[in-house]
Amino acid sequence: MEHPLIQIRDVTKTYRVGTGLLRGKRDLKAVNGVTLGVAKGEVFGLVGESGCGKTTAAKLILGLEQPTSGEILYHQRPTASIPRRELARCVQPVFQDPYASLNPRKSVASIISLPLRVHRVGAKAEWPQRVAEIMAVVGLPPRLAGSYPNQLSGGQRQRVAVARALIMHPDVVVCDEPTSALDVSVQAQILNLLLDLRAELGLTYLLISHNLSVVEHMASRVAVMYLGRIVEESPTADLFRSPRHPYTRALLDSVLTPEPEKGLPETHLGIAYPNPIAPPPGCTFHPRCPHAREICRRQPPPATDGDRRVECHFPLQ
Amino acid sequence: MTLLLDIDALHVDIPLAAGVLRAVQEVSLHVQRGETVCLVGESGCGKSLTALAVMDLLPARSVRRAERLALEGEELQRLSGRRMADLRGRRMAMIFQEPMTSLNPCYTIGNQLQETLRRHRPVSRHAARERAVFLLEKVGITAAGSRLRQYPHQLSGGLRQRVMIAMSLMCDPALMIADEPTTALDVTIQAQILSLLSSLQAEFGMGMILITHDLGIVARIAHRVAVMYCGRVVETGSAGEIFRHPLHPYTQGLLACLPVPGKTRPGKHLGSISGMVPTPIGNIGGCMFRNRCPHAVDDCIGGSIPLREISAGRAYRCLLSPESCLAKRAAWS
Repeated sequence: MEHPLIQIRDVTKTYRVGTGLLRGKRDLKAVNGVTLGVAKGEVFGLVGESGCGKTTAAKLILGLEQPTSGEILYHQRPTASIPRRELARCVQPVFQDPYASLNPRKSVASIISLPLRVHRVGAKAEWPQRVAEIMAVVGLPPRLAGSYPNQLSGGQRQRVAVARALIMHPDVVVCDEPTSALDVSVQAQILNLLLDLRAELGLTYLLISHNLSVVEHMASRVAVMYLGRIVEESPTADLFRSPRHPYTRALLDSVLTPEPEKGLPETHLGIAYPNPIAPPPGCTFHPRCPHAREICRRQPPPATDGDRRVECHFPLQ
Repeated sequence: MTLLLDIDALHVDIPLAAGVLRAVQEVSLHVQRGETVCLVGESGCGKSLTALAVMDLLPARSVRRAERLALEGEELQRLSGRRMADLRGRRMAMIFQEPMTSLNPCYTIGNQLQETLRRHRPVSRHAARERAVFLLEKVGITAAGSRLRQYPHQLSGGLRQRVMIAMSLMCDPALMIADEPTTALDVTIQAQILSLLSSLQAEFGMGMILITHDLGIVARIAHRVAVMYCGRVVETGSAGEIFRHPLHPYTQGLLACLPVPGKTRPGKHLGSISGMVPTPIGNIGGCMFRNRCPHAVDDCIGGSIPLREISAGRAYRCLLSPESCLAKRAAWS
């Protein structure tokens, strides 16, 4: 990638969290030295278990949080130097739960037009026209403009959230678990919509999901996150055909595809996801790794470069 | 195999201001000992209410009626509240979706585990504690003895769900009902919990009803499947039959909606079911799926469409013949 649209360079985000009464505070590295590049027009998938730092990464890209160290470049400019509003024009979010991300006391038209009002785009008289246009684009019937979120179905609410994200014609849409609160038939509708919009409007997506089937279907590149680090990153087809990190392998094995002849998978991962306040030394995955050796317990694995990155002492072949 | 749970024509009605919501209509379900039956459908299709109707835990005001609702040959509809409370937790146990809300945060897990057993059986504290430790180890919790003193908030989601499973096993129930047991958990933990459930079920010879919206889970764990839509069972069959030769257009549509690595083409459109689920208020005749079905004809509107049985345990609710159902599957892809 010559000039990625979004470039994340060795970004760390540390939170101070209390560990109990009188026990003082400790650092939690939600994102720990992440380097990523998202090219224009691609769908970049970010997968991992809950608590691995996916959502923190999304917040950093949206400019809702500032990195503790490292920098995020947007069009080769550090986001720290871009005014908040300008960044918000270009990078927009779609959140997981459309029941929580829409204000229940505002009408659909008011929710969708909020970005126009905040950014004072065009004349006030044009706003209803632009709202009607974007509603048509995401497949919402015009009669719903005066409705309130509680009158809509889950799929319609998520379409409202997509419309709100798109009305500013952003370059990048950060989709944080866009379909996990939805039923399967509605999930398919929203995924189809996202695919169509990308083709029509030339959007770039950062798709965060724990559903690997969805990521495989949508994304062109995938990064796997574990305890705040990217442990593997590669083109989607390669990653699904031949995962190189044992954690990726385990994640792929635990996908339950609708194939009754296969039975339940055995992932050998053990029960516990480690406590992110006190991550294991060496390779953070070693307590759950079936191939862990002595060096994995002492020394963090080296980072690799290139099209397929993997952080492991003994990557799978 | 002996018949454990026998549900015949179960109805659940909920009176609302707008009319009577027919949440569950004419659901018949049979669970044998040692068998896993999956109830699958989208939110609002009545799958959870069916389970709650068996446990007699329906919301107040809702009305339950059935031709027959029997556990181990005993008709449940005639039982008193007290007798039902004796059965619940002892002969049939339930695991809910969100373990944080179904465990009491104010009591230790040891306390809650032992309470279940001591409510139903005249055992000493010591014996109850031993049973709790035994079952916690069975569900894969290490250092079980010290865990008994912990409170639910000290455990991770996966551990809490294991505690819930151990709790449901305390009295050695004949029937286990699991309502979305892994929806709140990560994929890696989900696979572990499901393997645990299916191995325990085989070991203890229980019948299990597993309720889920995830067709992937159904395919991997079910012996038999009932697909529900809008309060009715629209198709039943073995897991193999349902996934290889789905008959009802709704089942076919649901399967077409799923992205499957290696099967669906990345970046291409997924199949989707257009329109929305109708709300079954009042007396709606005909097929509930007709407004979303690509093969709907005028006849789908009138009368009631019976569940047609084509072989033992294999049935579907559609006017089309099985052959034309299968032939029309291509319409979804």
